[in-house]
Amino acid sequence: MKVGIASSGLTKFTKNDISIESLMLSSIKPIFNDTKNLSQNDIDIVLTSTNSNDKYLANIISELSGIAPKTSHSVESLCNSGANSIVSAYSYIAAGLADVALVVGAEKIDNPGLVLEWDKSRGQYKHPIYWSSMFASAHMRQYGTTLEDIAYVGAVNHRNAMDNPYAYFERKFSLEDIMKSKPLTDNLRVLDCSMSCNGSAAILLASEKKIRNFTDRPIWISGIGQKSTSASFTKNENLTRMESTLYSAAQAYENSSKTSSDIDVAELHDAFSICEIIELEDLGFARRGKGSVYVRDLYNTYDRKINPRGGLIGSGHPLGATGIAQTIEIFQQLQGTAGKRQVDNANTGLVHNMSAAGTSSTVLILQS
Amino acid sequence: MSKFKEELKKNNFVCSECLKCKKLVWPSSDFCNSCFSPVTWKNMARTAKLIEFAKRNDEIFCIAEFEDNVRIMGRVQTTSNLKIGQSLTLVFCDYDGKEKFVFEPVI
Repeated sequence: MKVGIASSGLTKFTKNDISIESLMLSSIKPIFNDTKNLSQNDIDIVLTSTNSNDKYLANIISELSGIAPKTSHSVESLCNSGANSIVSAYSYIAAGLADVALVVGAEKIDNPGLVLEWDKSRGQYKHPIYWSSMFASAHMRQYGTTLEDIAYVGAVNHRNAMDNPYAYFERKFSLEDIMKSKPLTDNLRVLDCSMSCNGSAAILLASEKKIRNFTDRPIWISGIGQKSTSASFTKNENLTRMESTLYSAAQAYENSSKTSSDIDVAELHDAFSICEIIELEDLGFARRGKGSVYVRDLYNTYDRKINPRGGLIGSGHPLGATGIAQTIEIFQQLQGTAGKRQVDNANTGLVHNMSAAGTSSTVLILQS
Repeated sequence: MSKFKEELKKNNFVCSECLKCKKLVWPSSDFCNSCFSPVTWKNMARTAKLIEFAKRNDEIFCIAEFEDNVRIMGRVQTTSNLKIGQSLTLVFCDYDGKEKFVFEPVI
C-alpha cells in the first residue's frame, strides 16, 4: 500500500507564550481550511509529536479539533519525535489499519527534552553543546575541518531562512557575524547552534486509495530508514560519523531504490553546524572528510539543495515539530509550492531527523 | 539514592557487572543488557584512556574510556598538551546533583 502526503500546516516559530494545545490547533487549522473535501470524519488516526509532559494529548487535540479517530496517541523520541510520528502514521496506513492520518508536532521552549538526564555517561556535561563539541573536535582533528568551515553551515542556513516566513530568525547572519558570535566552547559559537523555540507543524498522510480525494499532487513516501544505536552519547564509537544516520540512510536508499545522487533537495538535522558537515558525508552527498567543502560550494553558488528552509539553525528547533516541519519543506519542494525557496526540477527529496547526539536517526525519501 | 551515586559521593566509581556473564553494563542498570541476569557492583580501576576533548573557557572536558569500553565525560586537570589515546588517572569523582569525574594525565 503506497502512502502519501496530502496537505500540511505550520505556525511561525517564536518565543511567544502560547499553550501546547493552541500551538497544535494553529498548525492543524490550515489543513482543514486548505484541503479539498477534507472533514473531521475522514481522520482515522491522530498522532501528536512532542516532548511535553501533557498527558492524553492526542485525545485532547482530537476533541478540540472535532475529530473522533480510531487511534490517537503521542510519540516521543526527543528531537526525532517528528519523523518517528510520521513513520508511525505511515505504518498504520501501510498495514491497512487506517486510510487517513493527521500528525501534529509541537514544542514549547520550556518542555523537557533538551537534556537527556538519564545519560550518566555524559557526567556533568549533559547539555548538548558538549557532545556537539566532541564531534567537532574529532572531525577537525581527523579531516582538518576549521572553525571557518563550520561557520559556513550557519551562513548558508541563515541566508536560506530569510525566505522562510515561518523561521524563528528574521535577520540574516553573515559569515563574519557567525565567526564573531559568542564562543561557547573552543569549537562552537552561539550561532553554530539551533535555538529552542515554540512552534508547531502538522501533516496529513493518506493511503493511495483515498489521497486523491484531498489533493491532485500527492507526494509519496517511497523510502524509510531508521536506526537507534543507543541512548547514551558515549556509545558513539567513531565521533567523525553518526552510525545511526549511516544505517538509516542505507536502508532508506535501498527500499526506495535510490542513491544520494538521485536526491534533488534535502533537509538535514543541523542541531549544530558540525552535525550538517558530518551528515552530508554520512548521507552520501559528500566524500568522507569533504562535508565542509560541499557546504562552501553551497554558499558560493547560492545552491539551496540542502536545508532550503534554513535548517534548524535558521528556522529554530521546536523539538517535536522539527521532523514534521522538515518533511513539510520537502513536500512543498516536490509539489513546486516552495515559493522563493523553490529548488528547480525537484522530484526526489530526503528528510534526515535525528536525536540525542546521533544515537538515533530517521531518513525519509519522498517522491513526486 | 542509587548505589552508583552513593559510591560516587565516596569518590568511588562503580559500574554494574553481570553476575552470570561478567559483562559490565554501562550506564549502570539492575539487569545485564545481554542476558538480563542480576548484576553486582564492581569497583572500576582508576585508569582510563583519552578518547576526545575540547575546552570551555579554561576548562578541559573529555571522553575517557575505562576497561571494557566504558566511556564517560569528565574534566581534565592539566596545563600540559593532551594527546588522544594517552593514559589518564581518575583523581576524583563525586555526585552533587550531577555525576562528576575529574582526570589528570599520567605523566
